[in-house]
Amino acid sequence: MGAFPILSTMLLVPLVAGLACFFLQAKAARMVALVATLIDLGLGVVLWANYDIGGAQWQFVERAELFSGFSYALGIDGIALLLIMLSVFLMPICILASWESIETRVGEYMAAFLFMELLMIGVFAAQDLLLFYIFFEAGLIPMYLIIGIWGGKDRIYASYKFFLYTLLGSVVMLVAMLWMIGEAGTTDIPTLMQYDFPPAAQTWLFLAFFASFAVKMPMWPVHTWLPDAHVQAPTAGSVILAGVLLKMGGYGFIRFSLPMFPEASAQLAWLVFALSMIAVIVTSLIALVQHDMKKLIAYSSVAHMAIVTIGLFAFNVQGLEGAMIVMLSHGLVSGALFLCVGVIYDRLHTREIDRYGGLSINMPNYALFFMLFTMASIGLPGTSGFVGEFLSLAGVYQISTWVTLVCTTGIILGAAYMLYLYWRVAFGVQKNADAAAMPDLNAREWVMLAPIAAAVLWMGVYPESFLAPMRKDIAALDARLSRAAPEGDSKPAEARPEQVRRNAANAMPHHDAADGEGH
Amino acid sequence: MHPILIIVFAPLLAAIVGGLGNRMLGNTVVKSITTGALFLACALSWPIFLSFVNGSAEASVVPVLQWVQSGTLSFDWALRVDTLTAVMLVVITTVSALVHLYSWGYMAEDPDQPRFFAYLSLFTFAMLMLVTADNLVQMFFGWEGVGLASYLLIGFWFRKPSANAAAMKAFVVNRVGDLGFMLGIFGTYLVFGTVSISEILAAAPGMAGATIGFLGYRVDTMDVLCILLFIGAMGKSAQLGLHTWLPDAMEGPTPVSALIHAATMVTAGVFMVCRLSPMFEAAPIALTFVTVIGAATCIFAATVGTTQWDIKRVIAYSTCSQLGYMFFAAGVGAYGAAMFHLFTHAFFKALLFLGAGSVIHAMHHEQDMRYYGGLRKHIPLTFWAMMAGTLAITGVGVYDLHLGFAGFWSKDAIIEVAFARGTEAASFAFWMGVFAALLTSFYSWRLVFLTFFGKPRWAASEHIQHAIHDGHHDHPSDEDAGHDVAHAVPDPKHGDGTAGYHPHESPLSMLIPLGLLSIGAIAAGQVFAPAFLDSAAFWNGSIFYNENLIHAMHAVPGLVKYAAFIVMVLGFVIAWYGYIRNTSFPGMAAKQLGPVYRFFFNKWYFDELYNVVFIRPSLWLGRKFWKIGDEGIIDRFGPDGAARMVALGSVGAKRFQSGFLNTYALWMLVGLVAAITWVML
Repeated sequence: MGAFPILSTMLLVPLVAGLACFFLQAKAARMVALVATLIDLGLGVVLWANYDIGGAQWQFVERAELFSGFSYALGIDGIALLLIMLSVFLMPICILASWESIETRVGEYMAAFLFMELLMIGVFAAQDLLLFYIFFEAGLIPMYLIIGIWGGKDRIYASYKFFLYTLLGSVVMLVAMLWMIGEAGTTDIPTLMQYDFPPAAQTWLFLAFFASFAVKMPMWPVHTWLPDAHVQAPTAGSVILAGVLLKMGGYGFIRFSLPMFPEASAQLAWLVFALSMIAVIVTSLIALVQHDMKKLIAYSSVAHMAIVTIGLFAFNVQGLEGAMIVMLSHGLVSGALFLCVGVIYDRLHTREIDRYGGLSINMPNYALFFMLFTMASIGLPGTSGFVGEFLSLAGVYQISTWVTLVCTTGIILGAAYMLYLYWRVAFGVQKNADAAAMPDLNAREWVMLAPIAAAVLWMGVYPESFLAPMRKDIAALDARLSRAAPEGDSKPAEARPEQVRRNAANAMPHHDAADGEGH
Repeated sequence: MHPILIIVFAPLLAAIVGGLGNRMLGNTVVKSITTGALFLACALSWPIFLSFVNGSAEASVVPVLQWVQSGTLSFDWALRVDTLTAVMLVVITTVSALVHLYSWGYMAEDPDQPRFFAYLSLFTFAMLMLVTADNLVQMFFGWEGVGLASYLLIGFWFRKPSANAAAMKAFVVNRVGDLGFMLGIFGTYLVFGTVSISEILAAAPGMAGATIGFLGYRVDTMDVLCILLFIGAMGKSAQLGLHTWLPDAMEGPTPVSALIHAATMVTAGVFMVCRLSPMFEAAPIALTFVTVIGAATCIFAATVGTTQWDIKRVIAYSTCSQLGYMFFAAGVGAYGAAMFHLFTHAFFKALLFLGAGSVIHAMHHEQDMRYYGGLRKHIPLTFWAMMAGTLAITGVGVYDLHLGFAGFWSKDAIIEVAFARGTEAASFAFWMGVFAALLTSFYSWRLVFLTFFGKPRWAASEHIQHAIHDGHHDHPSDEDAGHDVAHAVPDPKHGDGTAGYHPHESPLSMLIPLGLLSIGAIAAGQVFAPAFLDSAAFWNGSIFYNENLIHAMHAVPGLVKYAAFIVMVLGFVIAWYGYIRNTSFPGMAAKQLGPVYRFFFNKWYFDELYNVVFIRPSLWLGRKFWKIGDEGIIDRFGPDGAARMVALGSVGAKRFQSGFLNTYALWMLVGLVAAITWVML
């Protein structure tokens, strides 16, 4: 591909199409949006096909110096590649999901989505700290508008809550970024990733970034914006919110917090673990008692994201790769689950679980897809959900058996709330005549769900396609983290008694950077 | 192409084609494809098994596809064939093929047949993946796959709330076991640096005595790993504590009960322990744990089985109890005996379930044995098949003649080996095993006598009434239990207890599987005992084989050898006395034993206990976390609180802007003084 600025093109296409949408009639705007997102998907495929696995760490680099050290710099590694792929894969599906359900201000709506796409790709491709910040924060605006204008009954409350939460975290992050630029003298992300900040400063920097990323993830207890935002957002908004926006928090951890502040990350891992453990238990139990489909899936997202955070802070390859796969998988699966909700919401205009029932009688194809995504959400082996969850938990086990035990209960609770949901929606008798009269999937809905189903199975059976591009980047990160990696509580010991005593002594709490254990 | 590829993937292909083709292909095509695939798999499996029996085959691994490689953790899709796998192959494919065939008759009136057959084939695929696994994660794949199929099949009649509840319960309870299994896999990877079974087993003996950190304690490595893995086995094989799902699973169609909840899936736990036997041999505490849990389940389930009225529930508890035998056999180190009982049990228990299905079919889905009676004259072939199964499960045979039905060979071996082992746990298991054998004989003959002997009693059955009055179009999904509802008084015109209804024998598609399984129930023990019990060469290193223990087993005192025989006769006599000779005796005994009887009848109150301890608190906590935690605290003091602060602040700010010049002047003065003071200080 050489000099062709493919990343910039991927930003430009939605920008131009988005601007055009403002001036177009509903029909034309839909078409333009679909074509533009498909072009970006095509460019994404080209990007992936030309990505040199095992080649340079940063590829497709573009750089233009602007002013006072701030530069327009793009470039991707394997991690960014996969998240960009996720974004461009979900976008056309979102446009299709909005095809009939959005009837007012269609042009503006499509424009908002296209700008959203631009900003998402920008976040993952940015190589300049300030550029990243701009994309990261600007992403709030289209989503705020999507919820606030095209949302449900309580959309104003939800959008304000969404904005307030995410913005407050970000302000602190900006201050930290400015300090870092002053300290390191550069805004270049790859350089910063190698820069060793003084450990004392790292703690504050870590916490500042944490404030922003924890809200985005979202982690307990700053998660309460998510259920409201999901419930009020239109279907496609939920898909993007769950599918991509939540991944920005995880991406932030893996791109900034971990490589830039390894010592602080190790020191504060207990905080992340504690919040994640609470999240798995608390939000899973809350999901169990929901009556609103979207709220249930939203709460399940918080529980799943907790598996991401523990994997990231496991300080080993399995944990990091597992966390990445959970992110990709959750992006597909929760997106698909929201689409499944959208399909029946479009027909009956209610999210109340009890209004449905027995749908596998009149909507057998729908029931099949819904079952597949339910199982993927539960983490059934053979689906994408399992691979990520398994690796992530296997990674954490090497650090802490307690965290693993508590978080693995998520597989029990997850099965309980998802199967209970499925039971009430798809099984049982057709107790409501209007629900029983709903037609099965139409062609448009097939086109939305089938590709995600294929991707979920692909990632479950042959995840190598997704593991290979990021292998080298994860290994590099792992190597950087190894100096700070904490000693696990699960260390095996040989049968010799003196060894046992020595390990028992090692198991004593000590927070200094222990002798790094290579992997 | 290695035949194992066809054996494993033909059922998958059939399931996909049948499941997706569903309405397009029609009933007959889908049924033919799935059944054909299974008979093909079965035909290919027996030669593999026989080549292991005569010692001409070697263990091999057929790679399929790379799966996951993450750092040093890597596992691939691969199919392993050795003696242990070969045993499971014939069990799974044979029973599955026969159950497919049987379902042609049993499910003939069901509107959703393609879906049923697709699920059956999907199950078979997952089960085959489980037993051919070369690494722990693929085993877990099969493990969860059979769980999914079991969930779908238990809930097959998804309009019934009870079927849905049972399906969900099965999945969730199994997940509790899976928690242990997953932690076991993580720990195994941490200790051995691999999840490949052959590499783990090779390294396991060297790990004896090593320690590992677990939940803040330092514990014996192999013990903790094996116990964690065994918790997985307890879930899948319905052992005491995690057994509650199995009786409820009887909500599924009867062929499902025969295939999944008797012959194959529930034995996966036993298979796992045997597959990992070298690991367990390095973990003495874990083995004791296995023995005690197995023995406790064995006696627990048998006591409950003696009191149930639903024919399928009796057999379900019987299965639970027999699985207990297999586990304590493994626990005392006789893995060959455990696998042998698994093998024979598959035939006679599938036979008993399919026989019960034939009875239920004849009785218009009445499952309560109180409404049976005298059926041997109406359905003689089913009766003889059930007799073969009963003779096998009760262990009829004569030691000195070396003649006996299947269960005689395997169960007696287990009881003897427990005695021969001699440890405390093994002695406990021995006594429990003998007592459970007494109860097994009692409840099995009770079932036969209530069903096939005495006088017809079905005039009062709602299902039969239904069948008589509403014509004969009966739908299997009407199989809901209305047993607690008071039954109508028998029609006075038909004082013989039949109400004019005459049960009919099942069609050929159901009778052929019964006949073939009867052969297995009669002869499987006799034919294969030498290989399974006494031949280290047969097992060829695929399980841990303790030669000395087997010698000790053959050398136990005569009384031990006859113990099972004696209690078997005793159980028969009690059943005969209570259900043929003096039929008022059981009711009297139940009344006399009052609390004990109720304790058994209510399944030791496990469901009630779990409801109070786990389910209700979970829902209560969920509501509290939501309403008080999220909305009451986080939102109130978080975003809503912030909003209120802003609102309050603006009210305050409004006061300052009073518009009066003197007020402004005053505040300016205050500010100036404050600023000067601050600078001066």
